[in-house]
Amino acid sequence: MTLRPLAPRCLAALLALAGMVICAPARSQGSVVVYCSALAEWCELMRREFERKSGQAVTMTVKSAGETLAQIRAEKDNPRADVWWAGGAEQYLQAAELGLTDAYTSASMAGLHPWARKLHEISKGHAVGIYAGTLGIVWNSEQLAKRRLPEPRCWADLAKPEYRNEVQMAHAATSGTSYAFLATLVQLMGEEPAFAYLKRLHASMNQYPRSGAAPMRNVAQGESTLAVTWMFAAVAEAQAGFPVKTIAPCEGTGFEIGAMALIKGGKSPQAARQWYDFVLSAEAQATGARAKSYQIPSNMAAPLPPNTPRLEEVKLIDYDFARYGQSAVRTALIKRWETEIAAQAK
Amino acid sequence: MKRSAVLWLAIGVFGLVLVPWYLPPSGFASPAAWSGWPGGMLGSALGLGLTGSRPWLLPLVMPFALAALPLLDRGRRIDAGMLLVVAGISGLLWLFTQGFAIDHKGWGWSWLGAVLGNPAPKQGGMGYGAFMVALSFLMLLTHGLAARGYCRGDAFTCSAIGLVLALIALFVFFPITRILISAFQSNDGEWAPAEFLAKFLDRSIWGLDCFTSSLRCGVAWNTLILAVLVGVGTTALGLAFALIATRTNFRAKGLLRALTVLPIITPPFVIGLAIILLFGRTGAVTGVLADLFDIPRTRWIYGLPGVFLAQMLAFTPIAFLVLIGVVQGISPSLEEASQTLRAKSWTTFATISLPLMRPGLANAFLLGFVESMADFGNPLVLGGNFEVLSTKIFFAVVGAANDQGRAAVLSIVLLAFTLGAFWAQHRWLGRASYTTVTGKGDSGIPLPLPRRVAWACYLTAIPWAILTIGIYVTILMGGFVKSMGRDYTPTLEHVLTGFRIEQSQWGLLFSGSAWNSFWTTLQVSAIAAPITALIGLLTAFLLARQNFSGRRLFEFVTMLSFAIPGTVVGVSYILAFNVPPVELTGTGLILIICFVFRNMPVGVRSGIATLSQIDKSLDEASFTLGARTGTTMRRVIMPLLRPAIVASLVYAFVRAMTAVSAVIFLVSAEYNMATAYIVGRVEAGEFGLAIAYSSVLIAIMLLAIGAIQLLVGERKLGRRAAAPAPVAAN
Repeated sequence: MTLRPLAPRCLAALLALAGMVICAPARSQGSVVVYCSALAEWCELMRREFERKSGQAVTMTVKSAGETLAQIRAEKDNPRADVWWAGGAEQYLQAAELGLTDAYTSASMAGLHPWARKLHEISKGHAVGIYAGTLGIVWNSEQLAKRRLPEPRCWADLAKPEYRNEVQMAHAATSGTSYAFLATLVQLMGEEPAFAYLKRLHASMNQYPRSGAAPMRNVAQGESTLAVTWMFAAVAEAQAGFPVKTIAPCEGTGFEIGAMALIKGGKSPQAARQWYDFVLSAEAQATGARAKSYQIPSNMAAPLPPNTPRLEEVKLIDYDFARYGQSAVRTALIKRWETEIAAQAK
Repeated sequence: MKRSAVLWLAIGVFGLVLVPWYLPPSGFASPAAWSGWPGGMLGSALGLGLTGSRPWLLPLVMPFALAALPLLDRGRRIDAGMLLVVAGISGLLWLFTQGFAIDHKGWGWSWLGAVLGNPAPKQGGMGYGAFMVALSFLMLLTHGLAARGYCRGDAFTCSAIGLVLALIALFVFFPITRILISAFQSNDGEWAPAEFLAKFLDRSIWGLDCFTSSLRCGVAWNTLILAVLVGVGTTALGLAFALIATRTNFRAKGLLRALTVLPIITPPFVIGLAIILLFGRTGAVTGVLADLFDIPRTRWIYGLPGVFLAQMLAFTPIAFLVLIGVVQGISPSLEEASQTLRAKSWTTFATISLPLMRPGLANAFLLGFVESMADFGNPLVLGGNFEVLSTKIFFAVVGAANDQGRAAVLSIVLLAFTLGAFWAQHRWLGRASYTTVTGKGDSGIPLPLPRRVAWACYLTAIPWAILTIGIYVTILMGGFVKSMGRDYTPTLEHVLTGFRIEQSQWGLLFSGSAWNSFWTTLQVSAIAAPITALIGLLTAFLLARQNFSGRRLFEFVTMLSFAIPGTVVGVSYILAFNVPPVELTGTGLILIICFVFRNMPVGVRSGIATLSQIDKSLDEASFTLGARTGTTMRRVIMPLLRPAIVASLVYAFVRAMTAVSAVIFLVSAEYNMATAYIVGRVEAGEFGLAIAYSSVLIAIMLLAIGAIQLLVGERKLGRRAAAPAPVAAN
């Protein structure tokens, strides 16, 4: 190739660059900024419904609850967002402890289930419940049949020798799901028996993935036969055509509450309150099922997704969010699990 | 006073007097913002100072006045250099002091409230006016230093060094120091240096249990072992590919080159996903092996083997890009001379060619080592119970116990490893000379590979190529079938979900969900890549060609940004740039800056590797003919640096398109990046859409690489190609 002078080619490149910058579609400026920790589809759908109903523009980011909390903490000197929506209640309680959120009582509170209002009380008005989901055992029915394993019925079944290396749960330090599992066991059996059980369960575990959504995904793909995760996630996978089944264990199980909070120091508090009120309404909560998120909505008038187990049908423990949402209790429990269970040999 | 110094003075005064000092919150387009100019929201510093709303900006006039004095002095009695230095330093000091002292909530330092009283004045983030004034001060300072005799009086060199140092200080040191300080603080923010030692020597980091029992080793050892394996592996494989591509008559050379490039342009999770789809417990290859050979299905891929495989696939191309320039640059006359002295081709290869390739090998190893340490996507997907520092740092920030101090400690460990590798590489290279590109034409014919080496190359490269092809066929299928692993009916639904274009009454409507992040990613990467290449190669030139005190330290500092894990960069950028004086979060600029400084070191390393082969006599010839440093660089060095330019442009563009861990914290609602979007899809289990989007990105990057190679072209070294002679007898 002959040496052509660089200058005309650089010029051409610059023009192309400029053209690309100019021709890309313009973005709209939002008047309320929402950090969304639900699945992207639900975030999008909720945003469109709100924009349609209220005429206000919304700018939204979609990140997991852990990442969002880390971001809100880092931004606390100059908050960029107005509302944080969806994600486990424990994170919201932590945020309230750190002084990152504002208290607000919406008019729509009266139409919510008692568990949603209770969260509002526990957090002194900082967080409110927007959905609930029950914890359970999920499995890939094809893989289970191939390995000729019986279907599990209780937590105790998972520790049996036939399930060795077949079960998966996320790492408790990074997954709210697994922390809820730990807290549930402690509340069911007491701390010492719970840890004895977890030691036996460790032999059944093939991996502790860091990502909270990984166990469900792996079961759907068949990479792991069983997992401990949210039952509504299995409903979604079954709808998508994967051979997954789920059950609420016989001893009793725990549940999570998804929450929402106003961020302290946000730049559009009025619009943020509008969003807050809108999300708690029945029609907004119905968008979850349309977006394939099958949690139980907190508004009593919202329609329930058809296949999700109802809270009344499942044997639930009285999960103590106040105690197990405290940072000190949480850190201690996770640390104990990490040193005594996760780091141990099989 | 030199002409360029006067020019910078003029720019500075222009910025002070006319250009808006602050960044307006509502943008430059609204007419309301311009009301009251030169005072008001978009007022210049002088306007704001004189109208009384921001009197602390007025002292900035004095350094300019000082710098202008030599212009009035026709008799040349005043020491212009000293004046410029004083003007520059005092200007910069005042600029940053007032920026940190007064922020958007009042006093930046609480003791000022006690001294100067409340209520405190407020100010926003610095804008274009401040930028021009700061740049002007910096340039005046460097011109003054040059006039005083630094850098042998060469103003261009001094200014280049000053600029690069200032940029690195602002965009690398400042954020990193903020976060590393938290390693020495307890979680409540109290100063607790004793805790640092406890956290640093923690068993989970340094434990050696995996050698004595079936427990896991400390995460530091895991990371180190993986990085060394990957560094050695990628260098060997990259060398094999480079030798095949330049020194043999292998017919499918173009295909081989394309194959080595493919993994570098693949978004991070996709290779891991494809490996799981092929080799996982329910993978295609595992299934075939189980059916045909009764090999049991295991989860062997989750852990060190899987991550090693994925990282080798992903990082060999970088080694290849660095090594191919170096292999081409080796002077064939030296090899011919060796053969004339009756050395066998293996001896020639081992004693002449290989040692001359040392800078390339060392730099390739260093890059592979550091890339492996910094890699986040692959260990996340394939790591299993095998922990590495990068993921551990991410989860220390994002996990249940948000422990910034711990993340900082782990980052220090990571940094220590990277710097150790850098130092080891320096020792290995020593002070030998590797010059092989000289002004004299070289009409030697390159040595054909000795048979042993040729076969070693073929045996490593060909199976690797087949593996890569297999992975990419899987990736391509994954995006265009209904559900990989279950339902293989071909479909376009995934692509359409992301990239639907509809015809509406207002024209084309880009209604797919992926368009927003796509355009942003393309724009940001396209802007970041040339800047990265420019700064990287400028730095390489300074390091390889100029001799100034503190050069080793400067080189170390430029490598620093590469070594810092992406998560730490992301969080530290938010901490540092979320508040005035430099308020950048939520803009596209912060993404560009993050990419520029993270990817600059590749330009530096490949530039140094290539420059160390170019004889200094070429520079000297240019100087003898009267050219200054800038002209020499532009007209003599740059054309010979083409492989390094291509390498750094390609790398910068591609890394910007595929960066993950830094970007997660820096994306905002208006500026979402493709990788963040893909991560979201993978978390939601929507593999089809994630892979389809990745395929589109890969196609775009291939186009971009082709365009860059066309644009920059290849260098002509005046060498003859390898003759189609039979393989040399051993």
